[in-house]
Amino acid sequence: MATKVVERKPLSIWERSYLPQIVGGLKITFKNMFKPTVTLEYPEERPEIPPGYRGVPTLVRDPNGREKCVSCQLCEFVCPPKAIRITPGEIPEESESRHVEKGPQEFEINMLRCIYCGLCQEVCPEEAIWLQDIYSFTGYSREEMVNDKQKLYELGGTLPDPYYKWDRKKQAELEGNPHH
Amino acid sequence: MDFILENPLILALIKSLLVVGVVMGMAAYAVLAERKVCGWIQGRPGPNRTKLPLLGDLPIIGPFLTRLGIFQPMADGLKFLVKEEPTPGHVKRFYYVLAPIVSFIPAMTTMTVLPFGLWKTADGVQPLVLANIDIGILFILAVSSLGVYGIILAGWASNSKYPFLGGIRASAQMISYELAMGLSLLPVFMWFAPETGGSLNLFNIVQAQGNHYWNVIPQWTVFFQPLGALIFLVSLFAETNRAPFDMPESETDLVAGFNTEYGAFKFGLFFLGEYTHIIIGSGVFVALFLGGWNLPWIGLPAGILGAVLSVLVFLVKTCALIFLFIWVRWTLPRFRYDQVMNLGWKKLLPLAVANFVLYLILIALIES
Ligand code: SF4
Ligand code: SF4
Repeated sequence: MATKVVERKPLSIWERSYLPQIVGGLKITFKNMFKPTVTLEYPEERPEIPPGYRGVPTLVRDPNGREKCVSCQLCEFVCPPKAIRITPGEIPEESESRHVEKGPQEFEINMLRCIYCGLCQEVCPEEAIWLQDIYSFTGYSREEMVNDKQKLYELGGTLPDPYYKWDRKKQAELEGNPHH
Repeated sequence: MDFILENPLILALIKSLLVVGVVMGMAAYAVLAERKVCGWIQGRPGPNRTKLPLLGDLPIIGPFLTRLGIFQPMADGLKFLVKEEPTPGHVKRFYYVLAPIVSFIPAMTTMTVLPFGLWKTADGVQPLVLANIDIGILFILAVSSLGVYGIILAGWASNSKYPFLGGIRASAQMISYELAMGLSLLPVFMWFAPETGGSLNLFNIVQAQGNHYWNVIPQWTVFFQPLGALIFLVSLFAETNRAPFDMPESETDLVAGFNTEYGAFKFGLFFLGEYTHIIIGSGVFVALFLGGWNLPWIGLPAGILGAVLSVLVFLVKTCALIFLFIWVRWTLPRFRYDQVMNLGWKKLLPLAVANFVLYLILIALIES
């Protein structure tokens, strides 16, 4: 392979005096002084949260208002710091979504423990738990930092998911095809 | 009123309070300028939140001043005053307390002999200076180098390793650059000897720079002794412990150097001393090399107006130099310790000697 010899000129005295470099640096910093600042002035300006951001984990409902969590407790088991605590409960007889059978009675995520890893979201078979765009979560006491079920649904809102898995299931059952 | 103005003691007191006030104010705002300029250079806005209740609420000026951080120094000063003042258990208490004072006083003392303007009256020209002594520059050189004792003392009294290293570096650095500094000044005084009668008085030097060669080129020292000016400026950076020569502090390798163990007001004294040093150093440079209060081609009018104008010109030049100090600090990386020593002993000192000899010969040739 042909090699290319790079010619390295010895520095002239003027260059070795270090002064031209200083002047060059001063020029650069001087120009920088008049460039617009890049600071995001936080409380007034907020960062734009990119999609896929892993913020505070929340629970979501489907567009019909049914809570999506079926209390399978997979997230509770997968959660590395054990931030999630679920008390499973049966869905009452008279409820419209009785056929779902299980739902969380209590659902607590301790935000002092959560490490925002997103494993709960990944593991959830029902797409019921989502890490959304809340990046700043503060409180004055430890109790405040534990999100209970109500709070989680408040933060989570509705997932615009048009599939309605459980409604189809019910439909199929009614049509005599329970193993749909 | 007359009684007050004619009593030299009271007059001196008023004058010195005024000067101290101005210099302290400048030091406080030099800190702000440092933070602001640093911010701008790094693409940040710098301090822009502190707000005074009434002044900050004015319609347009208020937010503008707040964004500029004008009120920040007050908050800083208040913070230094009311902060808890812990003293580590392992320090040598007496010297520990003495050190900030020792480093602050020389900085304040040098300002007494620095002329900052002139007052032209019918019967002659009067310097605006607290003490117009004949050995002006010697006094400044001598007293300002006393400041290093504060740093060494702090390093030693802190009784822990990083301050100690900082103190050692400070002493070595000061000694190295003091030589080049003194030597670079000699040609200035020799050059103006015909005009000043060979005195070391700063005021005479500045006045001599008011003349023009062939009525065109202002007789500022920097124009015909650029090398001397450069050497003096570099030494000034080193003497004031400014980046790229901030060896004693050198926060990347020495935590905070000599003031690691200091906090609250004692640290504030060090801080203020440093900035006062910079202001006075800039003032000396302006007086010796940049023509002081002289404007090129324009003479100053007599009376009060001329006096105010002369002080303003001097202040503007000084502020420009302070800006240079800040600007350089946020441009250049810190030298390594051995590089600092090399530069001082192997480059600047020979250069200063050569400069000295060169002008010695030149002046001899011109005079013969
Ligand atoms: S994000 Fe990770 S740590 Fe937080 S609740 Fe989900 S699984 Fe647990
Ligand atoms: S959130 Fe998902 S994984 Fe966790 S219990 Fe509910 S359904 Fe199961």
